[in-house]
Amino acid sequence: MNLPFFYACFGILIFLIGLIGLTLQPHILKKLISLNIMGSGIFLVFVALAKRAGLSADPIPHAMVLTGLVVSVSATALGIILAIRVKQLYGKAELPEDGR
Amino acid sequence: MNFLPLLILIPLTGAFLSFLLPRYEKFISLTVITFLAFITLYLGNIVFHNGPIKLVAGGWSIPLGIGLYADGLTILMLSLTCTVAIAVSIYALFYFDSHKQTSDNKDITKSWWPVWMLLLSALNALFVAADAFNLYVTLELMGLSAVALIALEKKAIAAALRYLFIGLLGSMFYLFGIGLLYALFGTVDIIELTHKIQSTPTTLVSMVLITGGLLLKTALFPVHFWLPPAHANAPAPVSAVLSALVVKAAFYTLLRLWLGPFELLVSDLVIQLLGILGASAILWGSFQALFAQRLKLVIAYSTVAQLGYLFLFFPFYHIENANTIAWYGIIWIALSHGLAKAGLFLAAGNILHAYGHDNIHGLKGTSQYLPITLFAIGLACINLMGLPPSGAFLGKWLLLNAAFVSGQWWWAIILLLGGVLAAAYSFRILLFAFQNDDNNIRIHKPHGLMQWSALGLTIGAVLLGIFSDHLLILLSSGAKFGGLNLTEILR
Repeated sequence: MNLPFFYACFGILIFLIGLIGLTLQPHILKKLISLNIMGSGIFLVFVALAKRAGLSADPIPHAMVLTGLVVSVSATALGIILAIRVKQLYGKAELPEDGR
Repeated sequence: MNFLPLLILIPLTGAFLSFLLPRYEKFISLTVITFLAFITLYLGNIVFHNGPIKLVAGGWSIPLGIGLYADGLTILMLSLTCTVAIAVSIYALFYFDSHKQTSDNKDITKSWWPVWMLLLSALNALFVAADAFNLYVTLELMGLSAVALIALEKKAIAAALRYLFIGLLGSMFYLFGIGLLYALFGTVDIIELTHKIQSTPTTLVSMVLITGGLLLKTALFPVHFWLPPAHANAPAPVSAVLSALVVKAAFYTLLRLWLGPFELLVSDLVIQLLGILGASAILWGSFQALFAQRLKLVIAYSTVAQLGYLFLFFPFYHIENANTIAWYGIIWIALSHGLAKAGLFLAAGNILHAYGHDNIHGLKGTSQYLPITLFAIGLACINLMGLPPSGAFLGKWLLLNAAFVSGQWWWAIILLLGGVLAAAYSFRILLFAFQNDDNNIRIHKPHGLMQWSALGLTIGAVLLGIFSDHLLILLSSGAKFGGLNLTEILR
């Protein structure tokens, strides 16, 4: 088992940890952090598989990871603002059971 | 000169300008949409006569450069976007102003125009994207701006946040799948990927991840639960855009990938499963619409049902001729549903505006006070039921043909049941709306243009069924299924 493959497996593990957090944690901030953890797992897989192909690392997955990071920063910012609004409205930073 | 990048650049510039110069935001946005209308018409003309357009922006070669691509389907989706955008923008000119006086959160209503322009550029960018990674970026841009627009309404904030989480979860799966595809085949360009792809276990995993993520975003039964609260609680123009365009964009992505790279991997079991899920969505969504108490919730559940029809394409995937007919059919359903549902949500917004609520039992007197709005609702209902001469009728008729050509007649029963249920929930709305109001309740009458923009869209949905000849030829441009002569079937 070579090193990039090991990193890729580790990335999948991180992704799954984030997925579990997202589904089980009721607190909105914890959900947002879980989403970021999932994202980090995917980025690790991207970077690990970029090295696998040849001797020098393929730069394109790195560019994709950079784009993905920008997206996740903006998504997190939006999520935090909404979390603040939810907290102001409902008194706690958790999603109400029925959104209707 | 190639006009494809302008479809993205113009609304993006409009978003910045209307953010910087809030005083001129309406003027800027309307100018942007006028430009978009002309560019879409021009591009449509090119694609109609010369076939699909492909462009690599910035002069970089494909893996690094950003590819743009437009064929008949792209042009029709762009036209749908543009038509809905015109009506929704005219509507929004008055909607947000009249809400500013009543809303307790004043600063929140003024961010509509910049974010709406941002959503428009994301939608256009998605429809012309030629590679799977750009589709990811545009899906995210679209999702984030859609969430921001839903959150303009205070009571919809929880629904917006839930939508954000679902959208991000879907994108994560999608991105993971794209990463695997790139690692295996060294490209994300859809056309190149279609040539290079091989059937391996890892490809199958990536297909499952990508499809799963997109189904979450398309709100296919049973993962539709986030859609009704989000679409029913958002401000009326936002609901219209979400139901007409945003969910369609996710489905469009799915269609692009399934008809391109994933063609090799599509098995009979999976396509039947998608068909069954689509059928369940039709039945479940319609039943929920039948029992919902609020007009906007009825319309939102009807969206769940109508999205189900789009998945009835998949059972015919491998059957020659039937797949062509079904493909034209679902595109027609998607287009006419986009126009009709946008009009219906705008009409519901008028009712909400006039009555201060949208409880179905309190709709008495709509025929007296808001005749134009009620006419719009009626025309939209004709589309939802699939009665002639609407666009949805043509779509469903083509799907019926596909069902009989392929011998899979049971899908015809679903189509029939779906139509009957749609008639039931439509008549439930119309029944209350046509009752006369004897108590002379005070209503807050919406501006005439708010009523006419709703009616304009629903008339468009009907026209789509009448003037379909040239549009069907346009749709066949660059399509995977172009060989069959549809006009012959239509006779």
